[in-house]
Amino acid sequence: MLNVQHVAGGYSDEYILKDISFEVEKGELFGILGPNGSGKTTLLKMISGILPIVSGDILIKGKRLQEYNSKQLAQIVAVLSQHSSQSFSYTVKETVSLGRYAHQTGWFQTWGENDEKIVQRVMKQTGITSLQNKTIQELSGGEKQRVFLAQALAQEPEILLLDEPTNHLDLSYQKELLDLLKNWTSETGLTVVSIFHDLNLAGLYCDRLLLLENGTININHVPNEVLREERIRDVYHTEIQKHPHPRVPAPQMVLLPEARQDKKKFQIDESLLRVTNEIIELRSPAPLRTMSSGVVGSGTGWHHTFVNRHVGKDYNCSDHRQEMVTFLKVKGFEPSETVGMMTAVFLDDVSFKHVEGTGFSLFVVVTAGVGNAIDAAKSEQHTFEQVPGTINTWIFVNGELTEEAFIQSIMTATEAKAKALHDLNVIDAVTGTVATGTSTDSILIAATQAGERLEYAGTITPLGKLIGKAVYECTLEGIRKSQKRKVV
Amino acid sequence: MQRLSIPKFLNNKITAYLLAGSFLLFSVLLGISIGTVSVPIFTIIEILMSKIAGSISLDQIDPMFSSIVLNIRLPRVILAGLVGASLAIAGAAFQGLLRNPLADPYTLGVSSGASVGAVLTLFFQLSIPVIGSFTLPLLSILFSWATIFLVLAFARKIERSMRVETIILTGIIFSSFLGAFISLMIALTGDELRQIIGWLLGSVSMRGWEYIRIILPFFMLGSIVLIINAKELNAMSFGEERAHHLGVNVQKRKLIILTAGSILTGAAVAVSGTIGFVGLVIPHLSRLLWGPDHRHLLPLSILTGSGFLILADLISRTIISPTELPIGVITALIGAPVFALILLQRKMMERSG
Repeated sequence: MLNVQHVAGGYSDEYILKDISFEVEKGELFGILGPNGSGKTTLLKMISGILPIVSGDILIKGKRLQEYNSKQLAQIVAVLSQHSSQSFSYTVKETVSLGRYAHQTGWFQTWGENDEKIVQRVMKQTGITSLQNKTIQELSGGEKQRVFLAQALAQEPEILLLDEPTNHLDLSYQKELLDLLKNWTSETGLTVVSIFHDLNLAGLYCDRLLLLENGTININHVPNEVLREERIRDVYHTEIQKHPHPRVPAPQMVLLPEARQDKKKFQIDESLLRVTNEIIELRSPAPLRTMSSGVVGSGTGWHHTFVNRHVGKDYNCSDHRQEMVTFLKVKGFEPSETVGMMTAVFLDDVSFKHVEGTGFSLFVVVTAGVGNAIDAAKSEQHTFEQVPGTINTWIFVNGELTEEAFIQSIMTATEAKAKALHDLNVIDAVTGTVATGTSTDSILIAATQAGERLEYAGTITPLGKLIGKAVYECTLEGIRKSQKRKVV
Repeated sequence: MQRLSIPKFLNNKITAYLLAGSFLLFSVLLGISIGTVSVPIFTIIEILMSKIAGSISLDQIDPMFSSIVLNIRLPRVILAGLVGASLAIAGAAFQGLLRNPLADPYTLGVSSGASVGAVLTLFFQLSIPVIGSFTLPLLSILFSWATIFLVLAFARKIERSMRVETIILTGIIFSSFLGAFISLMIALTGDELRQIIGWLLGSVSMRGWEYIRIILPFFMLGSIVLIINAKELNAMSFGEERAHHLGVNVQKRKLIILTAGSILTGAAVAVSGTIGFVGLVIPHLSRLLWGPDHRHLLPLSILTGSGFLILADLISRTIISPTELPIGVITALIGAPVFALILLQRKMMERSG
């Protein structure tokens, strides 16, 4: 569809672009990225025929750009540029109708039924039909942008060139516009070439990305390949971290601010723990990086309050998540900053331990009940019935953990817990075999992300050793306490 | 809904043309009727009918009336109308092309350029063989054409984006310079100072049918070219890049439109001197009333522009009768405040975002 071959050029005295070659297939959503001054807009202006091509060739549908006259080109290529200021108060419909200019030929250039139909259709597609009799000066920035998009679409182009299309748009319109473009490319075969400022949007929507650096191509590849941490860091000269999108398979980049909050020296240990009949509470002086399976604040995140709440054995609620949120609010916690768990175990039976490693330390808190002990290897014999009796394990690490260390911590802690149950010979009541846990166990790994960097937490690593020991001992103690209570 | 809106739209435009047409007709009749000798409107119609259709014989009409109408007032009114129409449509085109509601032949300095051409012709009594009496408009056109390109080239040098104010400022610089140049020429030639100044301020008096013959072909040519390019003007008023993207051959069309504007301005200045602000006020008013679409704006500007200048001329010759004011005084009295108002409005709009 679009074929750029060894193109160089730019404004009169200086070549901004050097030896640019790439190809865009029909129906592709092709993104152009690059820092300011890398030549993105220049490239787009050359493709749209505004700036001269000094050397090389741009082929559109196999024909050289220079061989098209203005009208022919406008029938194939439409452009939505960044700023569209307007001195006169044309109505929205008049503005959109101008998009039909290239299709009207002859001296009298009459307005046909087909033109009207297309104008109505594109206004509907861009959601501006209701604005059609307003003047464009009355519109907001986002509405204007949609009007000019409609104008470009009224040209019935095969290639749409966009210069930062989401620049003036609200978050919701950004998404709407890009969803729309994405749909059109797959449904109508429209080819879209767009400059993006926002790497994440580009990563989310584009089929392929072209990364420009100082007027040359750094890479032209699929988003996952282009949006590599080191590459973006080098080209944009900034600290950045790559992150998977939580819902769709697209890379996302996050900035790392230079001035991170002054790190207060602090340590998570028993001095921060507060135990009442109703809750066990730990408030960290700063947010901790967490990975947990709590009722509230589960998954990964940053949290600074941790709550383990006692509920009666007969606690039953259709929406326990919402109930927990309400509970936290009533108690004066901010649910979005809290990891919350529930247990039927009496909170007096909590066991905790602070252990020191070299350069880091660990604080483990366990509440354990085994009324519902289950052998995970034979759990299929159980019906799905939630009986209280839970082991809730909190592991606070005063150190910096990698993602894999978080996961390994969970494995190590689970293994230690299973071993504790084994050594106490806790029996699964249904299968009669040794249990490995209970059906509703929860775990939390929280790290201060300051101090010693701990890359791994497997069982024989320094961190893993400590976790294994502490969790094992706390679980053992917790189970004994709760068993003693039963006996009494 | 759809079906309703189109006839309504058409109706709107028909009303617009009817209104503008009636305004012109009203101005023409008033312009012919009022003066030191008042001619009844009915008599004017009779005279015109007999002249055009030949249905009524002129014999029944007072020969004094028919003489006043045909030899004095009618040519004056027609000339005023043609000059007004030329300046108004040229102004509308310049404004659309430059996306600048303050542009008009006068504020851009084009009128001054045309004056230089005209003054050169008049005072050196130049006459190019073959074209004879068309030497005057041709030189005016040539000079206005050169001026507009110089002004735009200079404005672009100052600032690539060519903001509204930059262009106008450049126009003022050129106007002052060219005005001084004219004064110098006049001082050097020495005589008839008062008459020259009167001409400079603009007048359509005592020009007769000859001047109508001079301006008419240029008016027709310029107007038709501009009206043909109305769509391109629409596109161009969204900016040159936008117009290019829409499929307009910008360089070619720009040249055509600027040339047509120069032709209209040059011819108008050649027959009437510099009359300011018509090209500013009329398109602005038409746009306010009927919208900015050049396909209608240009013809409507012709109608209202001619009507406006006929009335301005009427005022200029009756207000302190028997002395005649230069017509440019009247248009400036109306135009300069409008200019100020538009400027103010724009700034307020920019501020409010």
